[in-house]
Amino acid sequence: MPALELRGIVKTFGGLRANDGVDLVVQWGEVHALLGENGAGKSTLMNVVYGLQSPDAGEIVYDGQPVVIRRPEDAIRRGIGMVHQHFMLIPPLTVAENVVLGHESARGGMMDLTAAGQMVSELSHRYGLEVDPRARVRDLSVGLQQRVEILKALYRGARLLILDEPTAVLTPQEIDRLFEIVSNLKAEGKAVIFITHKLAEVMRIADQITVMRRGKVVATTTPAESSPPDLARLMVGRPVLLRVEKGPAHPGDVLLEVEALKVEDDLHHPAVEGVDLQVRAGEILGVAGVEGNGQRELVEAIVGLRPAKGRVTIAGRDMSHATTHRRLKDLSHIPADRQQMGVILDMSIADNLVLPDFDRPPFAHWLIRALDSIRAFAARIIKEYDIRAERPEQRTGSLSGGNQQKVVVARELATDPKILIAAQPTRGVDVGSIEFIHRRIVEQRDRGLAVLLVSSELDEVLSLSDRVAVIYRGQIAAVLEGEAIDREHIGLLMAGAA
Amino acid sequence: MRLVLHWLRQALVPLLSVICGFIVAGFAVFLSGANPVDALVALFQGAFLERNSVSETLIATIPYIFLGLAVAIGFKAGLFNIGAEGQFYLGAIAGTYVGYSLHGLPAIVHIPLAVAAGMLGGLGYAVIPGVLKARFGAHEVITTIMLNHIALAVSDYLINRGPMGDPHASAPKTPFIQHSAELPILIPNARLHLGLLLALAAVPIVWFLIERTTVGFRLRAVGLNQTAARAAGISVGWTIVLVMAMSGALAGLAGADEVLGVSHFMPPTFSVGYGFDSIAVALVARSNPWGIVPAAFLFGSMRSGAGFMQLQTQVSADLISVVQATVIIFVAAPVMVRWLFRLRERPAIPTPLAAQEGAAV
Repeated sequence: MPALELRGIVKTFGGLRANDGVDLVVQWGEVHALLGENGAGKSTLMNVVYGLQSPDAGEIVYDGQPVVIRRPEDAIRRGIGMVHQHFMLIPPLTVAENVVLGHESARGGMMDLTAAGQMVSELSHRYGLEVDPRARVRDLSVGLQQRVEILKALYRGARLLILDEPTAVLTPQEIDRLFEIVSNLKAEGKAVIFITHKLAEVMRIADQITVMRRGKVVATTTPAESSPPDLARLMVGRPVLLRVEKGPAHPGDVLLEVEALKVEDDLHHPAVEGVDLQVRAGEILGVAGVEGNGQRELVEAIVGLRPAKGRVTIAGRDMSHATTHRRLKDLSHIPADRQQMGVILDMSIADNLVLPDFDRPPFAHWLIRALDSIRAFAARIIKEYDIRAERPEQRTGSLSGGNQQKVVVARELATDPKILIAAQPTRGVDVGSIEFIHRRIVEQRDRGLAVLLVSSELDEVLSLSDRVAVIYRGQIAAVLEGEAIDREHIGLLMAGAA
Repeated sequence: MRLVLHWLRQALVPLLSVICGFIVAGFAVFLSGANPVDALVALFQGAFLERNSVSETLIATIPYIFLGLAVAIGFKAGLFNIGAEGQFYLGAIAGTYVGYSLHGLPAIVHIPLAVAAGMLGGLGYAVIPGVLKARFGAHEVITTIMLNHIALAVSDYLINRGPMGDPHASAPKTPFIQHSAELPILIPNARLHLGLLLALAAVPIVWFLIERTTVGFRLRAVGLNQTAARAAGISVGWTIVLVMAMSGALAGLAGADEVLGVSHFMPPTFSVGYGFDSIAVALVARSNPWGIVPAAFLFGSMRSGAGFMQLQTQVSADLISVVQATVIIFVAAPVMVRWLFRLRERPAIPTPLAAQEGAAV
């Protein structure tokens, strides 16, 4: 008897069919990968299963029984657990407190945390989920916090576990540990649904693979019967180049130089502690690191958005004290946080495409905006960068995430900058757009652009960079070149272990 | 045709909110034992049908236009300038001073000078909260409220006890302004003055400023997303100061215009809450400069008809504050209005979820 069977699930948002008659069968003791681009409908489907959204049509059969799941409590009661991309933990509480939250066992009105602690330890040992029940969640690494989430689901009796993009925030070593845990769960006869868009992981861990595209299931297969290129083609609907095609770099002069840079984070704790970096024309320097090791502060200091000590030299000029406006003359910046920093969602695409240059010719003459040349420019860029929009006046917030990111990338590359700072340039972007964005960045490199790439996706750093700097706790642990760029070694450096 | 439809759609919720405001006020009238229909008829009569009432209604509309624009320009940049009242006072003080203290100037020089002085007065006073916010992060709502009190106290001092009082007058007031500083009358035997044309000219100017200039783009960007604006190299602090300056200049212009066009002198309690009403004007207009004109006209009509209504029906003129207050509540809660009238939410703004999940990539 299958663990879960979905029949003809339909879910629409306005005119959009996020799920368009989806069938899915998941067996007990199976790791089932749900693969698809952003917007393919994976998360919607799982939200339906977990009771976060109600389907417009279709049937859910759980363990042989047709069920109606209206809210997460229904799902939890039946033994369905979900670990979300964004953790739902309370940082100041301990691991045990977080695990039992909402399901506390009480004795005379007092929470019985001893019993909870024991239960947590027991579960940890059984599945290899080692974590101290008395530790406070805020002191734990992201990988450990994820374990707490898994423990929470198991504590509530989950037999079917949904993991939504679980590897997005982990180091390679943490991913290995997660996969061991998933194997243990499988060995215990539990069913695991693994939502992802990363092909290599699917090949490693999945027993069954269901590929979704535009709200529909386009294929059900196994790792043995398919290959990463096949899966990519199924996801995108056309053949995709997975490897970035790039020739060797021909580096020129140093265009961006950072010396002894010290930056504080929002809470005035040191975040960047004496970083030196040089980026030359025609090369891509990748900064690898687990998120939260000072990348954000480093980038913001270079762009002039955050006060810093030390020297920043842009195209040969000392810009340590220059305003952002001045720095942006030679510098382009793709911010990590697209929706907050990259675009103004309530403005039109055209306005967003000229955002850093709105007051410079040809987009403005003296104080008057040149609407005709803005519109013409926008129309050209929309075509050139294949931004799926109806017209330049369209509200940017109505675009999908991938297309919003294309707006940012297009804008930052279109003005022929000398230096590009690309922070998470493909975050939340589908495979097809990733390929496109990567190709554009490499093209510009070949024309002499100096690129500082900051990404927590190690694959991205490895496939694009000519040199790799590893950042750990606000310091550059190493700068690697050529043969020395080794995945395992970088993983250890990212974890501070080398 | 499409444009007209677009405008109608934009105006729908404010319009319905105004209707709701009148209905609620009607209830209040009913509860106080009077006839709401009679009150409404009297209000209308007072605003439009009595002798000179149209002229008086338009006179009352003028400050609402200037002040509505002043508040709206702040809204566009995400600033809540509650200080329009105080800036109005400072504009009036400066305009009055230039109006009575300079002698022997031709009107063509004196009027622009006095108007400019009023604008500068309001501007200077609004820059204070602007700088406080840009430099120290002090919230403009708090600082402008405080500055309103100070403005009142300052004008009270200047006129009651200080250097601007008229020593020959029995009640405290400033001297009359020179004839050369008085705004010309537009129609004979009425008080309607040049200010109306100035106000109507300000509307397209402000619209052009917001929609077509780099300054307007800068302030809209800051209003919609400060972080992104900053990342694009826009100085948020400077923009805030600039917006407050423009807003204050418009409010100061309103103050000077009241003196130069209507009263020709300044008593210590000058404004009757124009600055606060104008927040409602800007809200009803949804900060759209064109929308300010009908919204200001509505508030001007209510103000000018209220006295007559009180005389005729014994319903207190303060009733219009009830209308205004309810209108603000309804305008601030468009979802409620849509629900009340069973209007369908247009899918123009998709839910974040739909945008993220379903949009074609």
